[in-house]
Amino acid sequence: MTDSRPQAKPLATGSSPSLEASASSGPIRAVKLKHPWRNVIAVVIIIFAVLFVLDASQRTAYDWPSVGKYIFDRRVSEAALNTLQLTVYSMIIAVTLGIILAVMRLSPNPVFKSVAWFYLWVFRGTPVYVQLVFWGLLAIIYQSIDIGIPFMQPWASFQTTAALNTFTLAVIGLALNEAAYMAEIVRAGLMAVDRGQEEAATALGMTWFQTMQRVVIPQSMRVIIPPTGNEVISMLKTTSLVTAVPYSFDLYTRTRDISAETFNPIPMLLVASIWYLFFTSILMVGQYFLEKRFARGVGDRKPEKSEKVSLATGVLSTVPDSTGALPLPIADKNGGDSR
Amino acid sequence: MSDVSAASPATSVAATSAAVPPMVLAEQVSKSFGSNEVLKSISLSVAKGEVMCLVGPSGSGKSTFLRCINHLEVVNGGRLFVDGELVGYTQKGDTLYELQPKQAAAQRREIGMVFQKFNLFPHMTALENVIEAPIHVKKQPKALAIARGKELLDRVGLTDRMGHYPAHLSGGQQQRVAIARALAMDPKLMLFDEPTSALDPELVGEVLDVMKGLAQSGMTMIVVTHEMGFAREVADSLVFMDGGVVVETGVPREIIANPQHARTKAFLSKVL
Repeated sequence: MTDSRPQAKPLATGSSPSLEASASSGPIRAVKLKHPWRNVIAVVIIIFAVLFVLDASQRTAYDWPSVGKYIFDRRVSEAALNTLQLTVYSMIIAVTLGIILAVMRLSPNPVFKSVAWFYLWVFRGTPVYVQLVFWGLLAIIYQSIDIGIPFMQPWASFQTTAALNTFTLAVIGLALNEAAYMAEIVRAGLMAVDRGQEEAATALGMTWFQTMQRVVIPQSMRVIIPPTGNEVISMLKTTSLVTAVPYSFDLYTRTRDISAETFNPIPMLLVASIWYLFFTSILMVGQYFLEKRFARGVGDRKPEKSEKVSLATGVLSTVPDSTGALPLPIADKNGGDSR
Repeated sequence: MSDVSAASPATSVAATSAAVPPMVLAEQVSKSFGSNEVLKSISLSVAKGEVMCLVGPSGSGKSTFLRCINHLEVVNGGRLFVDGELVGYTQKGDTLYELQPKQAAAQRREIGMVFQKFNLFPHMTALENVIEAPIHVKKQPKALAIARGKELLDRVGLTDRMGHYPAHLSGGQQQRVAIARALAMDPKLMLFDEPTSALDPELVGEVLDVMKGLAQSGMTMIVVTHEMGFAREVADSLVFMDGGVVVETGVPREIIANPQHARTKAFLSKVL
């Protein structure tokens, strides 16, 4: 067993030709490159920012007392929760449907391919606002929803208005539109996985579905997650369009309704913006951890971590873990990781 | 190496299986990509326990032939049998029926394949790579698969690298994991597609050593390679392919020392 650390040797030989360096052979001590303009520009920007903040805090038009009064207003916080729910539900549906559509588009089955292509054509080709208006008019187009065999007495029949409230319609509208975009993101991710991976899985006797589920999709996640985070944040803001359904209990519509009573729109816009920013900040943190999770085996994973696991095999039983914690037994590690 | 006459598949299988059926039997196998004919009527057989090296210039069809054996490529003409079983089709009377994907997958799991670029699953550790197929394809209990996986990684000399991700392994180590991964399915045949071509020269030896050990344990192997030393030392038979046809077959030592065909001579003079 040769533990090949390729960088060790070339570095040593690479530095020897330089006589200067080999003469001192200690670490290089040199004057650091200075970046004076960076500091100047930073100072200028800070000055402008401070001036803007000071000015904004004194401007009456912003009406900060009203912002403070309404930011935790029950109507506003409930609307914020509604917006969050709209985002989460529609994204969950959109991601699921997007994966299905992407897999359909890449499948060898021509029927699946065409259906997925048609779906994308329709839902990506019309504005989400128009689609939301359509969903709002669903009850007028289809008064009742029947379940059963066509041209036969239905097994069950619902009044559309009773079965689907405006919140549900808003979720459906947002989700179905978003699914078209997610499908393209997922497709890009699936295509980014090396063909050899599929071949290796196939050669091991895995079925097409197993290959997708166990090998291709997990690897594509690394490519899929950053743009999906983008889509989630975009969705959070697109929820302000659900007034088209019309659903009026989301953050933006609610704050606008309040300002229609108070005749003071600017602080309510600030209230809405603060809430939106708060949610996007949380989503960005979530995205960071998801990206880390799916970067397993690639990128900047720290080598010590895998060293720790190899300790568990009992072969390299020399150094105890610096934290003093027992290294994970390998079997447990697999159990945790494979799901 | 037994030369196969162009008889009908049924009779020739019966004829050869009278003694010991060959592990791989190709009868006038041809394969083309569009108008490009890559394999032109390849006929050869590999006995159980035989180690065959396929050599030839790039584009000669050796890799394609290998990929046909486990049905990664679909054969256009002729018949290909693995352990007496027709690859990719079932035959009823004179009609061939394409296999269901599940049946094709079942055929493949009996055949291990090692790729030039390793193709390890990068999101899984070495051990996870090895136990993946036994658990999810063979439905082995996890504990059993792990025990067997550790044993195999031990066998290829990677006892202390089980928890490493492929990105933290050298090329030689990755290829040895790939061999262990293929062996974990208990294949009756191992295919090697230029297993050392993507390796740094100093890492080639460790992979060839593992393959040599495997050959000595009686595994049937077909190896596409440019390592003539390995072919001479380990292989039972050598097949030289060029332009989609088998040019020369025989005992490696004899072919390498005394090639009969001009094209073989020309090729060997370049690689030796």
